Amino acid sequence: MVVIDAKDKQSRELNDLIRGAGEECTVTGCCGQRFLGAGMSGVNITMEGIPGNALGAYLNGAQITVHGNAQDAVGDTMNDGRIVVHGSIGDAAGYAMRGGEIFVQGNAGYRAGIHMKEYGKKIPVMVIGGCAGSFLGEYQAGGILLVLGLNAQGKPVVNNFPCTGMHGGRLILRGDVSGLSFPGQVTARPAGAEDMELIAKYVKTYCDLFGGDCGDILKAPFTVVSPDSSNPYKQMYVAN
Amino acid sequence: MNKGVHGKGSFAPPVNAFLFLIRKGGQFMKPEGQIRIPSGCAIAAVISKEGRRMSGEGILNAMKPMHDRSNGLGGGFAGYGIYPQYRDFYALHMFFDRRETRKSCEVFLKERFEIVQSEIIPTRKTPAITDEPIIWRYFVTPLRSAKNAMQVDEREFVSRAVMKINNEIPGAFVFSSGKNMGAFKAVGFPEDVGEFYRLEEYEGYSWTAHGRYPTNTPGWWGGAHPFTLLDYSVVHNGEISSYDANRRFIEMFGYKCSLQTDTEVITYILDYLLRRQGMTIEEAASVIAAPFWSTIEKLPAEEQKRLAYLRTVFPSLLITGPFSIVFGFEGGLMALNDRLKLRSMVVGQKDDKVMIASEEAAIRVMEPDAERISAPAGGEPVIIRVKEGAF
Repeated sequence: MVVIDAKDKQSRELNDLIRGAGEECTVTGCCGQRFLGAGMSGVNITMEGIPGNALGAYLNGAQITVHGNAQDAVGDTMNDGRIVVHGSIGDAAGYAMRGGEIFVQGNAGYRAGIHMKEYGKKIPVMVIGGCAGSFLGEYQAGGILLVLGLNAQGKPVVNNFPCTGMHGGRLILRGDVSGLSFPGQVTARPAGAEDMELIAKYVKTYCDLFGGDCGDILKAPFTVVSPDSSNPYKQMYVAN
Repeated sequence: MNKGVHGKGSFAPPVNAFLFLIRKGGQFMKPEGQIRIPSGCAIAAVISKEGRRMSGEGILNAMKPMHDRSNGLGGGFAGYGIYPQYRDFYALHMFFDRRETRKSCEVFLKERFEIVQSEIIPTRKTPAITDEPIIWRYFVTPLRSAKNAMQVDEREFVSRAVMKINNEIPGAFVFSSGKNMGAFKAVGFPEDVGEFYRLEEYEGYSWTAHGRYPTNTPGWWGGAHPFTLLDYSVVHNGEISSYDANRRFIEMFGYKCSLQTDTEVITYILDYLLRRQGMTIEEAASVIAAPFWSTIEKLPAEEQKRLAYLRTVFPSLLITGPFSIVFGFEGGLMALNDRLKLRSMVVGQKDDKVMIASEEAAIRVMEPDAERISAPAGGEPVIIRVKEGAF
């Protein structure tokens, strides 16, 4: 397997090296280089250090594993593939994501899942093991956001203003959400049997990746938040 | 009055900032404004809670991984504790467009201050920094007679002198005026600006840094960050939507926004709230990044009362629009995000050091094994103070 030392290398040079590395590579000593893995497919990339903003932007099937934290806009407009972060991530993760999966062991910053979308069988998923910042799922138009709130230590699983402008997809929160308020156009309900099947699948993957007791995690209550209508802004525009 | 626009000095702000050519790798590229450079400003800071003095090299290196956030139209640093030998004197850092301006400004200064030291700020020639003005520093103390005649305290006296120079002496700008601290700024990338000012030769207990990507305003020497008044300094990533409302309010109290960019007003607002209104830093943070009413409603009664009072009395000092700032003051730093948190900011620690930056990568450059990495919530001030007696 190819090992690439990121020290003193710029983003473009690093991405060229990753593209030339074949099916698998490890990038060591990342320090803020942006757009790593952008648009890539058919490669399994392991990263050490701190990759820069827009990690895996437009990702198109590649697998990225980060041993450390990642910065802002992880998986921006990602189409397919998987990003696994053994740490926490910055703001606006999964921005306009339209396919693939993001698994985060720790916390997410503000605006995770902003404007995620889905179409047909293309349903993006983001699983956040810890807590999420404010404006989680802002303008969410599709896809699944699952926040587990592990090690929350009394903090709310999500900060203020979740689901602002949400008009599609599902936001699933684990634990007590009685302290949270949601905007008028969405409904929060306890997860049903069908939901739990889906939740169990992603919790299992989470535990396979990061460890943890799947059964234990699933014991807590889960809440599913979704918009009231498939087209909540219909009345605001021309009927179609 | 934007006197700078009419200044003739080589460092005067350009009438049209888009005329600037961006030089990268020795080649001239298309003018700024005709190409899009995807970036945002970068900020970074470090402070030793023990008051240990650190060379400026660390903060300079921290800016390197964030290079792409700036576009070469401004970079700067503020160091605290850097002039222990002159700790009782105000250090005035100044730009002059020409020698005659310096001479006439010195006449102005001598009428008001005792000047104990006057010297060129040492710089190093680098191809990355060009068209520099005359850069000078004075260590001064107000003349008692002049101060008494004005019937104000020492800090107010110095502050008024700074405002007067910046607004009434064409071609002269005070860009730093605190005790035992100093700002260093220029048009260029921050790492080049640090090299230009020989930052490695200074030692401070805290440092802040900025890499600029001006969006709406000219990139010129006076417009680079930090923006300072007395020992207060601000580095800022973002743009203030409320600038004009803030400016109109603050100019009622003798401040003049003359540097043609939004960040300047934050410095004056903080000076007004802290020095003149006597607020705590926490209170000032609750004014400029006031929580939403809907958030206030959910808080305990006492806290509701406090926040509602501050919002009601100082509505014109609410700063809206995206910002992450590091505010430097004697003995400490405050990091603060706008309440919507539209800009990134990360905090980390290692031993007695606390580090703040737009990106975690910058913190890892300063301390590869930094611990307790966290991103403060919008409107939540992070205040770090050096222990009493250690600065």
